[in-house]
Amino acid sequence: MTIRATSLVVTAACLIACATVPASAQTLRYANQGNLTSLDPYTLKETTTIAHHAHIYEGLVTRDKELKIVPALAESWETLDPKHWRFHLRKNVKFHNGAPFTADDVVFSAERVRTKGSNFLSNVPADAKFVKVDDNTVDVMLDSPNPILTSQWDSWYIMNKKWCEDNDSVAPTPASATSPSYASLHENGTGPFMIESHQPGVKTVFKVNPDWWRKPEHNLKEIVFTPISSAATRVAALLSGEVDVIEPVPIQDIQRVNASDSATVMTGPELRTIFLGMDQSRDELLFSNVKGKNPFKDIRVREAFYKAVDIELIRTRVMRGLSTPSALMIAPQLFTLSKEFTRPKTDPEGAKKLLAEAGYPDGFEVTMDCPNDRYVNDAAICQAVVGMLARIGVKVDLLAQPKALYFGKVLQPGGYKTSFFLLGWTPASSDSHNVLHDIMGCRDDAKDATRGEANLGGYCNKELDALADKVLIETDSAKRDQMIKQAFEIGIKDYSYIPLHQQALAWGVSKKVKLTQRADNQVLLYWATLQP
Amino acid sequence: MTDAFVPNAVDKEPLAGSWSDRVSARVAANDVFYAFRTSPLAIVAAAVVLTFFLLALFASQLAVQNPFDPAQLELINSRIAPLWTADGQRPFLLGTDEQGRDLLSAILYGLRVSLLVGVLGVGFAATLGIVLGLIAGYVGGWIDSLIMRIADVQLTFPAILIALLIDGVVKSALGNKLDERTMLAVLVFAIGLSFWVQYARTVRGSVMVEKTKDYVAAAQLIGLPAHKIMLRHVLPNAMGPVLVIATINLALAIITEATLSFLGSGMPDTMPSLGTLIRIGNNYLFSGEWWVVAFPGFALAALILSINLLGDWLRDALNPRLR
Amino acid sequence: MLAFTLRRALQAVGVMIAVGIISFVMFRFAGDPVNQLVSIDTSAAQRAEIRKSLGLDDPVLVQFARYFADAAQFKFGVSYQFRQPVAQLLKERMPATLELASVATVLAMTFGIMIGVYTALRRNSWLAGVLQAISLIGISLPTFLIGILLIYLFAVVLGWLPSFGRGDVVRIGWWTTGLLTVSGLKALIMPSITLGLFQMTLIMRLVRAEMLEVLRTDYIRFARARGLTTRAIHFGHALKNTLVPVITVAGLQFGSVIAFAIITETVFQWPGMGLLFVQAVQSVDIPIMAAYLLVVSLIFVTINLVVDILYTIVDPRLHHTISRGA
Repeated sequence: MTIRATSLVVTAACLIACATVPASAQTLRYANQGNLTSLDPYTLKETTTIAHHAHIYEGLVTRDKELKIVPALAESWETLDPKHWRFHLRKNVKFHNGAPFTADDVVFSAERVRTKGSNFLSNVPADAKFVKVDDNTVDVMLDSPNPILTSQWDSWYIMNKKWCEDNDSVAPTPASATSPSYASLHENGTGPFMIESHQPGVKTVFKVNPDWWRKPEHNLKEIVFTPISSAATRVAALLSGEVDVIEPVPIQDIQRVNASDSATVMTGPELRTIFLGMDQSRDELLFSNVKGKNPFKDIRVREAFYKAVDIELIRTRVMRGLSTPSALMIAPQLFTLSKEFTRPKTDPEGAKKLLAEAGYPDGFEVTMDCPNDRYVNDAAICQAVVGMLARIGVKVDLLAQPKALYFGKVLQPGGYKTSFFLLGWTPASSDSHNVLHDIMGCRDDAKDATRGEANLGGYCNKELDALADKVLIETDSAKRDQMIKQAFEIGIKDYSYIPLHQQALAWGVSKKVKLTQRADNQVLLYWATLQP
Repeated sequence: MTDAFVPNAVDKEPLAGSWSDRVSARVAANDVFYAFRTSPLAIVAAAVVLTFFLLALFASQLAVQNPFDPAQLELINSRIAPLWTADGQRPFLLGTDEQGRDLLSAILYGLRVSLLVGVLGVGFAATLGIVLGLIAGYVGGWIDSLIMRIADVQLTFPAILIALLIDGVVKSALGNKLDERTMLAVLVFAIGLSFWVQYARTVRGSVMVEKTKDYVAAAQLIGLPAHKIMLRHVLPNAMGPVLVIATINLALAIITEATLSFLGSGMPDTMPSLGTLIRIGNNYLFSGEWWVVAFPGFALAALILSINLLGDWLRDALNPRLR
Repeated sequence: MLAFTLRRALQAVGVMIAVGIISFVMFRFAGDPVNQLVSIDTSAAQRAEIRKSLGLDDPVLVQFARYFADAAQFKFGVSYQFRQPVAQLLKERMPATLELASVATVLAMTFGIMIGVYTALRRNSWLAGVLQAISLIGISLPTFLIGILLIYLFAVVLGWLPSFGRGDVVRIGWWTTGLLTVSGLKALIMPSITLGLFQMTLIMRLVRAEMLEVLRTDYIRFARARGLTTRAIHFGHALKNTLVPVITVAGLQFGSVIAFAIITETVFQWPGMGLLFVQAVQSVDIPIMAAYLLVVSLIFVTINLVVDILYTIVDPRLHHTISRGA
């Protein structure tokens, strides 16, 4: 090869290579352990996905930095009567394709989000009828009063009617879609960012929406999102400065990240409550050596389990101080009266005595189900619990599995096949009613099929159910809080569950980045600023 | 990848160079122990392997706690540094992990699990491979074709993929009843099933060679049943290469188990093998708790290295072409 | 000759059918995809609906027939997680894996041959001993541990190399390559070393053994007797004769390199087929798992077939040995 030819090749290579030199400092690089799988905002109700979508789509309402519901695409609203709400829509808002935002889009989105295939069916009550009054006004008619109507609307994003119709996407992309849908690979929202390129599982590039109706708080031109599932690799990427923000940081690496020159960890209590549950419905446990009866039906056994768990030790050792022990099945931020509750003291001796009274002086054997890739240190917590129960004579076989297998076994479609389990729950509505209804409500309620759907242990107390129903329609918040308190007290008195703690949020953030951390663990980069 | 270790195909150690070498080699022709005595590396490797086996065997006598018994783990003792460091505490010589597990005890017990999985897995693979190889080689015909085609299909999947698949399938099939012991059996099964082909091919090759020899014909003539001929006369001739494969496979089986653990399909955290200990420790690489990953990693590397050295040496010593 | 080729081709088809059956049976019974698709508070009725629309309630035979007919036309269905055709996803991810596997193989061959030749020619030197010892240590450490150690050293402590991903890639048609950018090349270094280490050891040992063997043959002795220089003998004759089996083995190993990339890609977050497969296993994304298995098997079977046939053309006597070397 001649010199000329070589240099030609080099030049050609450089032409290609040099054109791809990374962009300016206003590009924020973000890595999360999870994927962004679908761009259709009604496909998957999961924190990380909802947060991603929040950059491109908006709801009628949104939650501010303190998680309060505040206006977004709806400028304001009023309740004409408890069963009749009126929403005034923001004017001069445009979708990313330039189409104006109108009442038609709201009515359409309300329809679409409640269509078969949507994963957000419960976000908008089935009885709510949406009526267009004029281009900028929508009325919502209800069959019964609902003071928390808008509580889940922050993750109900508004889509453009015409765009959906033009692209054969009127129906939501169901999770089971067997053919690719346009809306799952493209977007047309009103939000602060637009999708520039989207390679699922590899890389997604968001670029700023110059026509956003709100004045941006961020100074970004672009967000490059990469999923990095391996925790060590994710931390390494942050430390070496290849990414600016990661979520989550494994708690054992927090010190290391904080000790570095380039990054820090933002921590705070998360809204998710981690708890243990016991099968109290079957007459004989599925996975135990006790035959012919169910030890968990005896309240003394449940109390013994509760008192065997040393939550302080879990906090300091397993969670390295980054958890808030909880007496309630809901985070304190979400229920004002939670300060009035305290956990019973850890008491292994007392627990042993209780077990003996219940007829198990030598304990018994039971299998515990636990995910190992879902919550912070989930499998380690379970192992610690196994050790603590071993001390009161209960032999626990731990079955720690990836979430796909774990949920497949313990959830309702799997037939609640568990005797003893660890689960985490964040009420989607940020309200206690969701906990009382989904987690603590009786299963098999003839009138309400969805009650107790995530009540894996089958705890049931009709008194609590009655209170929960009253809570739903009560509009006076002081009275409502008292009812919630009463309901939680019933659950505690029954030792229905063993609440453990609220886990900590841990976001790794480059020192060049300023970011607001919200307690629901949504990483919202439209509040981020990046120093060049 | 594993199959390239078939000794005949890959590592053909030639005759030693000098005349005197060759003479001495010929003198020692059938004396493996002589060769052993003259190879210091082999002695060291054998000593290390033997030590590891003994440590595993007497783990319960040597360890300060039983790391598989949750009642013996104290969370309060978690994350203690090795004894010789400033934060060290008795009796935890190599420190403890997040569950308060004494690392030395965990390594001893983990060694036991790793070796158990390795030995049983290889034993299973060898038995299966030898039986199928004997049948294929001796009977021939369509049975031979069938077995060898199955071997071909098997070779399409690298061992790790097969193990991963078997593991996943059994897991989802057993789901509810999956305790540590079952998991161990699953691993043995998975590893065994992914390594049998080499044995089958080797044994089949030997059988086909031996089959044509006069003594077999003679044995047939005097009416010895086929299985006796195979087991008493044909098989012993194939045992040399089988032993070499088995040794090297043992190292591979232990690595495969560790890799399965890394991908989330190995022994559970409550009954950790060396591989599981490394996977757990891997999470602490950045946190300053280096001992949680360093010691199990070192133990595993030393074990496998010694087995590999021993296997290498064994192959040379047993290879008649060397002499 | 033709008969042999035909028979091998038929066998290859048979193997693929067997793999198809196995992959279908295995994946049909691994985990419950529905749980991955929906959130935890989805109702039973909705879940049943999804099961039905996925065809998971049909008789197994019906599911198998459907699966097979589609796979034959490279229609692997739509990924449960990504809602994209699996064929499309694999096409997007394939360049990354093939590039990684190729670079790893080239690295392994280059260094494997160099070190192999050295250790064969300087059999008793201390460096040869050290190199052999290092190569043994290389295969005695699990791949993932080597990867993590490299990341820790070169990305975190020294900051020389990127810890994850492919860097910037250039698109040429549907192919993407990282070979044309600086960051792309840098990103290739650690993953390809991690992946290639095992192969390198293998090749090194093979070259060493073959070289020693060839050096003993009469033909080399004649060359010596003719007074050729040592250099010419070693590299002109001995090495040349060694390379045929070496390249064959390397070719046959390419399929397993692709499969072993699963681990390397997981550690380095390399956006290839292996990572896609691991993510699919975690999410019980059946279409991806099934397709991955079929594609890797197809690559493997094809390479085997081609090598086999080529070899018979070159030297029919060698056929038996080579199929054993696979």
